[in-house]
Amino acid sequence: MNQTKPPIVRIRNLSKSYRRGSQIIPVLEDITFDIPDGEFLALMGPSGSGKSTLLNLLAGIDSADTGSILINGVEITTLAETELARWRSLHVGFIFQFYNLIPVLTAFENVELPLLLTRLSRQERRAHVETALRVVGLADRMDHYPAQLSGGQQQRVAIARAVVTDPTILVADEPTGDLDRYSAGEILDLMDRLNRESGKTIIMVTHDPRAAEKAHVIRYLEKGELSDASQ
Amino acid sequence: MAIPFSYSFRNLWTRRLTTVLTASGMALVVFVFASILMLSEGLRKTLVDTGSPDNVVVIRKGSASEVQSGIERIQAAIVETEPEVAFGVRGRRLLAKELLVLINLPKRGTNKTSQVVIRGIQPESLLLRPQVKLVQGRMPKAGSSEIMAGASIARRFRGGGVGENLRFGMRDWTVVGIFDAGNSAFSSEIWGDADQLMQAFRRPVYSSVIFKLADSSAFEAVKKRLEGDPRLTLEARRETKYYADQSEMMAKFLRILGMSLTVIFSLGAIIGAMITMYSAVANRTSEIGTLRALGFQRGSILAAFLMESLLLGLVGGCIGLFFASFLQLFTISTLNFQTFSELAFSFTLTFEIFYKSLLFSLIMGFVGGVLPAFRAARKNIVEALRVT
Ligand SMILES: Nc1ncnc2c1ncn2[C@@H]1O[C@H](COP(=O)(O)OP(=O)(O)OP(=O)(O)O)[C@@H](O)[C@H]1O
Ligand SMILES: [Mg+2]
Repeated sequence: MNQTKPPIVRIRNLSKSYRRGSQIIPVLEDITFDIPDGEFLALMGPSGSGKSTLLNLLAGIDSADTGSILINGVEITTLAETELARWRSLHVGFIFQFYNLIPVLTAFENVELPLLLTRLSRQERRAHVETALRVVGLADRMDHYPAQLSGGQQQRVAIARAVVTDPTILVADEPTGDLDRYSAGEILDLMDRLNRESGKTIIMVTHDPRAAEKAHVIRYLEKGELSDASQ
Repeated sequence: MAIPFSYSFRNLWTRRLTTVLTASGMALVVFVFASILMLSEGLRKTLVDTGSPDNVVVIRKGSASEVQSGIERIQAAIVETEPEVAFGVRGRRLLAKELLVLINLPKRGTNKTSQVVIRGIQPESLLLRPQVKLVQGRMPKAGSSEIMAGASIARRFRGGGVGENLRFGMRDWTVVGIFDAGNSAFSSEIWGDADQLMQAFRRPVYSSVIFKLADSSAFEAVKKRLEGDPRLTLEARRETKYYADQSEMMAKFLRILGMSLTVIFSLGAIIGAMITMYSAVANRTSEIGTLRALGFQRGSILAAFLMESLLLGLVGGCIGLFFASFLQLFTISTLNFQTFSELAFSFTLTFEIFYKSLLFSLIMGFVGGVLPAFRAARKNIVEALRVT
């Protein structure tokens, strides 16, 4: 089934290293892989193996040394900084381990934030925000500030913020890493639903085997190289 | 579209205490800034209101004011015959030959003395200054030892009230009236008969000649004639200009004092604002990373933090102006630097001072916030997000 659709993410010969003083630390070495449209991918691997680095690269917030990242036909490694920011606002939904909501903005305003970068009118924005908050089951918490919400609820607001612009890919770095079992389960169910019902492509970094179970495909990153779960 | 204004505003509100403390520093500077402008405006208004544009003040050439001037009786008589001098009642010229003497008088409630202007007047003196109004008692009789005191003299000097006596020029003088000259320097003077005062002080010459022009536009002509007349050693100025010139030196002094104080204080306030904004940027590093990841440009981050700092300045400006506006209730007496006599005036808040003060507070906010805002905008997204 997946072979018939063109891949939504196409990574070729991607390398990235960090320099610490005179020492060069290779993190990713010549990574090549595709992610089909509608995939729910879990990225696993030991700490420090470069999972976050890889995720940041394909979300367009970090830059690679060499290689190509094609997302829905756009080569993002060659985009200038302002174009890249614009591209992110349209195509990437971010879910962070610590939710990263803006504390001084209400749930509604947090979800509205990415829509401020679009041409939508006030009423259109309102409609989109309300829909997104309804999807995550927090329509009644619109006017609450992050501090007035539990961790799980905050993460659901963050998911609403990530999907409100209807992005091409959702990237999540340990989305359940800061949550208890119950809340984590809720978040994973929500992501699973978004994937199955709305066909969202999700790339999730996780240490949690239960989280990985929800994904269709698990890939391991180790010593800068990527391998399938089957291996 | 930019990061919403409410983001900047609510961040200030969230850390209210820091905001208020930082804003207080700026408020203090704006207070000093505004009060000095208000002071120099009050002084200017007092001295300028004293003059009237149709009146001409004639003093000896080269003397800065009436105090240093002396005009021989003969010279004064020549001025009186100039055709430009207006006529008043009963064919008399609207012209007064006046005497100005400085004396020391004790203040009420203390033993301190202060210098006061005594003006010897003629009947026309009052016609030349319609702003001078008798508010209590009566006019002094010509040829007597009666005097009248300006309202602020009556209030602040011992023996200045109606029915009281003042001693100077080896005589006792009875205060028979109080006059009010509004916001003008005359309110800080004592007026008596010119001839009596000349006798008492053994002064053979007048200090100045004041006259009203029949036609205001004839000023240049009469000035040229008076100053060119080989028999005379006099100079003529419009009364408005004469008093404005007097305020010039004081205004300059206040400007220099005000600007030095403001610069020194504002350095402190700007550093305070800078520290506050740097710590705001540091505390919100991951927030900045998040906003950038969502697609906000560096410029939007810069604008949001700059806005926050400008708002901080504005809060300070409003607090400072609020307190400065109460200064209008006070009357200040100070030395008139030209005559070295006491001069009473009040702080005056004008629209210009109002907006200049607010502009100044915004400038402080801007200067204090610009470096922190650039730091916020320059952050690397991934590194910023790693900070929790
Ligand atoms: N800015 C940096 N400077 C130097 N080294 C860095 C930098 N960022 C990351 N690294 C290094 O790159 C490697 C990969 O980091 P990364 O955060 O991608 O790992 P990870 O797989 O996400 O780990 P974890 O599971 O602990 O989150 C680590 O060895 C890390 O020390
Ligand atoms: Mg990581």
